[in-house]
Amino acid sequence: MRILKDKVVKISVAMMMCMGILGSVVAEDRISYAQNIGVDTLWVLLAAFLVFFMQAGFGMVEAGFIRAKNTCNILTKNFLDFCMASIGFFIFGYAIMFGEGTGFMGLKGWFMIGAQSGADIPLHAFWLFQAAFCGAAATIVAGGMAERMKFSAYLIYSFIISAFIYPIIGHWIWGGGWLSKLGFADFAGSTVVHAVGGFAALNGTIMLKPRVGKYNADGTANAIAGHSIPLASLGVFILWFGWFGFNPGSTLSVGDGSLIARVAINTNLAAAAGGIIAMITVWKMFGKPDLSMAMNGALAGLVAITAPCAFVDPWAGIIIGAVGGIIVVCGVVFLDKRRVDDPVGAVAVHGFNGVWGTIAVGIFGQQSLGLSHNGLLYGGGLTQVGIQLLGVISVVSFVVVAMGILFKIIDSTVGLRVSREEELKGLDIGEHGMESYSGFQVFTTQ
Amino acid sequence: MKLIVAMIQPHKLTDVKKALYDADIHKMTVTNALGCGQQKGYTETYRGVIHEINLLKKVRIEIAVNKEFVEPTIKAIIKGARSGNIGDGKIFVLDLVESIRIRTQERGSVAVG
Repeated sequence: MRILKDKVVKISVAMMMCMGILGSVVAEDRISYAQNIGVDTLWVLLAAFLVFFMQAGFGMVEAGFIRAKNTCNILTKNFLDFCMASIGFFIFGYAIMFGEGTGFMGLKGWFMIGAQSGADIPLHAFWLFQAAFCGAAATIVAGGMAERMKFSAYLIYSFIISAFIYPIIGHWIWGGGWLSKLGFADFAGSTVVHAVGGFAALNGTIMLKPRVGKYNADGTANAIAGHSIPLASLGVFILWFGWFGFNPGSTLSVGDGSLIARVAINTNLAAAAGGIIAMITVWKMFGKPDLSMAMNGALAGLVAITAPCAFVDPWAGIIIGAVGGIIVVCGVVFLDKRRVDDPVGAVAVHGFNGVWGTIAVGIFGQQSLGLSHNGLLYGGGLTQVGIQLLGVISVVSFVVVAMGILFKIIDSTVGLRVSREEELKGLDIGEHGMESYSGFQVFTTQ
Repeated sequence: MKLIVAMIQPHKLTDVKKALYDADIHKMTVTNALGCGQQKGYTETYRGVIHEINLLKKVRIEIAVNKEFVEPTIKAIIKGARSGNIGDGKIFVLDLVESIRIRTQERGSVAVG
């Protein structure tokens, strides 16, 4: 993002110089420059609003993929984690992520006092965009740990990840930390947002253990079907829509528009390819084109293209998304075999594809599109792949260790998991004392 | 031939089913039901208003059995459904006059078993 920012700055400087020559009046320069910042700010804010709307997408996907008796609970988690992330990112997160400090973390700008914008747009616009990202990372985990995690434990977790853990990783990659100095490239957050959320979810779901009734005594898995495919589909469409803010907005400026356009087309193609290939894969493996898996495939494509979207050509976007579609189906099957109960596929979608997308930068990326080295297919050898691997492995290890400690502490204090009886009755009644579908007869027998 | 009708807590269905399978009883009909007995209901809160739910969610299990399966079935249901609290439910045993398997038109105990 930093590299690109420099590039965009150069472009805008060049544009201004042209205008200066043509207009030959200095005052006009200033006006056009001011307008540039205004347009950039508008663009980033628009993108921030779109990324915020992804919160609704996550909420609907997760609600649709779980049982009716836990719907109110997952939506409360989704709702509150954005609130927690906003406050946590205001007090601590922004300072750690973008403040001046060491290569490990920033140390200036607590409560946003004396904080600097990380781009050429006003601080407050930049903050909002980043805060919306932070909320996305936090909310991914809700899906993986759904239907059994205590609400109070979730509140504590969501504050800590958005105030400390996510910003530390963000500092490494986007805040001028050690990985960004190595030339590690993650344009819009395959690693920063999705691998962090996905592997935090993996850690959490392993520690929570599977839901009651998910596995038989002989180790075979039972299907615990989601209660509303329409809600889940709506969620996927909202996420896809929001991703047009997530990736293209990460340009942080409008420039001449070509970069935004490239990012947008790549984002769309990867999602489409992911959806198709996941559907074909699941059709081949299990005999039916399972919609829930096809939708997970589109999300997988979106996650995978998030890191490379600025550095690759559209054909590469299709391949990256398609591979994501295969990874997500195999990932879900693999986790089920390993007895990791991830109700919505958060780990396969965000964790595994976050890693894949990050590595894909090193394979398909091009120096001419703003990457520091050419990718493997463009004669750059394994340099960029190596940097990408090093980055993603360090991030995943840090997340797994940090979240492991956090979840252990939460487990031994307030407790991570609800009682068996509450789980069977449903967390809606147990945690919130209200039903999602009052007036409907809902089976709470599974 | 007897018809065993049991009202149990919904969240105990998994345990009851397992106990029934363990006792080699695999045929049953399960219905969602609302009802109340000695248990007074539970409270829900909705937008700050606390209200009591009188009719509770229950699950109704019906199993038609031959004579020798009556006691094992009752035992299995108790094993799965009992927590020792009010609200665990009830079991009724009714005489069953006739039983016909539609596919083969067999009648009586053969059709039940």
